[in-house]
Amino acid sequence: MKKIAIASGKGGTGKTTVAVMLSRLLSKKFKVRLLDCDVENPDCHIFFSDAPTEKEEVCVFYPEVDTEKCNCCGRCQQVCEFNCLFVMKDRLMFFGELCHSCRGCKLVCPQGAISEGSRPVGKLFNSKVEKNLHLDYALMNVGEARATPLIEKLKKNLKSGADYAIFDSPPGASCPMAETVAGCNYAVLVAEPTPFGIYDLKIAAKVVKKLGVPCGIVINRSGGEDKIIDNFARQKKINILFRIPYSRKFSCYYSKGVIKENFFPGLADKIIKEMLRI
Amino acid sequence: MKLCLTSTGKDLEASVDHRFGRSRYFIFAATEGKKYRVIENSAASASQGAGIRAAQIVMDQKPEAVITGNLGPNASSVLLNAGIKVYQHGGGSVQEAIESFNKGVLKEITQATVGGHFGAGGGRGRGGRGDFSNR
Ligand code: SF4
Ligand code: SF4
Repeated sequence: MKKIAIASGKGGTGKTTVAVMLSRLLSKKFKVRLLDCDVENPDCHIFFSDAPTEKEEVCVFYPEVDTEKCNCCGRCQQVCEFNCLFVMKDRLMFFGELCHSCRGCKLVCPQGAISEGSRPVGKLFNSKVEKNLHLDYALMNVGEARATPLIEKLKKNLKSGADYAIFDSPPGASCPMAETVAGCNYAVLVAEPTPFGIYDLKIAAKVVKKLGVPCGIVINRSGGEDKIIDNFARQKKINILFRIPYSRKFSCYYSKGVIKENFFPGLADKIIKEMLRI
Repeated sequence: MKLCLTSTGKDLEASVDHRFGRSRYFIFAATEGKKYRVIENSAASASQGAGIRAAQIVMDQKPEAVITGNLGPNASSVLLNAGIKVYQHGGGSVQEAIESFNKGVLKEITQATVGGHFGAGGGRGRGGRGDFSNR
């Protein structure tokens, strides 16, 4: 199974457009699994008439403290990298909203006072949406701060059986994006030829490079000003895979929840060819 | 009486840092005399929970009262639960704050004065915490 991440630094550059187009085009010949990893605001399912159904709740470790057993030794506070615990002479305070579920506190507690609790952080949805195309997405609960547990779960659930897995990454270049791109065979960076676009693209390209994932660039809303992206790509020896022109007609379809996969011919071929070349 | 003041600099002329968790320095000073001690706040750069870690740094020095500009919800839970009195100083130098404290004109803080992430420059706060008190 080949894994391709569709990422970008900046939001709204067209990741979902590319991810959905690519998945549909590939599904004509191969078995494809599309993972919408933007768990804070998943939107791939909007473009399919058969929306996936809810499958399971995702929970993370949440320490439960037995105050009878705790002798306020302070070990858990020392080990917690995230400052969630504060131990006083006669009590332990827990700031749950800061917890990253690392289990460190449970491991070090000499009294066995910390036990395995759990807390729901979101839900998983998945089903077959078209012939040869299966869509998975997750929706984070309101108020949660960390997207990565849900992305981890989405990727963990990805079993073999598909030829291609397409990961629609969350925008930005922080943990959720890195979590999505890590371990992929290839990353497509979708960028806009604007000063904002190039600024964020540079950061995203750095992250992808650090993760050791080869990448190429798709310029969206291309036209005239591509120079700023071209220069950067040349400098960093990253190939420009495709230029999606600005199209009012395409935008009109999009606004109605329709992505025509054949609208910009050659997109999938270019991406796959480049990935296989590397 | 031993005071802890949040400070932007290393001496009594420096102004009181209006943040607690992300204050640059903590100055520990006696209410009488000129003696004081400066500790750099290693919690200032914490990615999260700076208020909680800073409270530990401060409490290790066992001051009887803390003087700062604003106090976030996590730091205030810790300090107030530990029975440390916290006073607010609007602006001016550490020296002036000590003088005001001695005159008894500083306002006592009995709950958080700002939401979470105040000193971190943006971000979002969230609810949900547990206080496991025992004995
Ligand atoms: S699980 Fe990890 S992050 Fe959460 S309280 Fe324990 S040590 Fe801290
Ligand atoms: S390590 Fe265990 S016993 Fe020690 S303070 Fe934490 S919960 Fe209590």
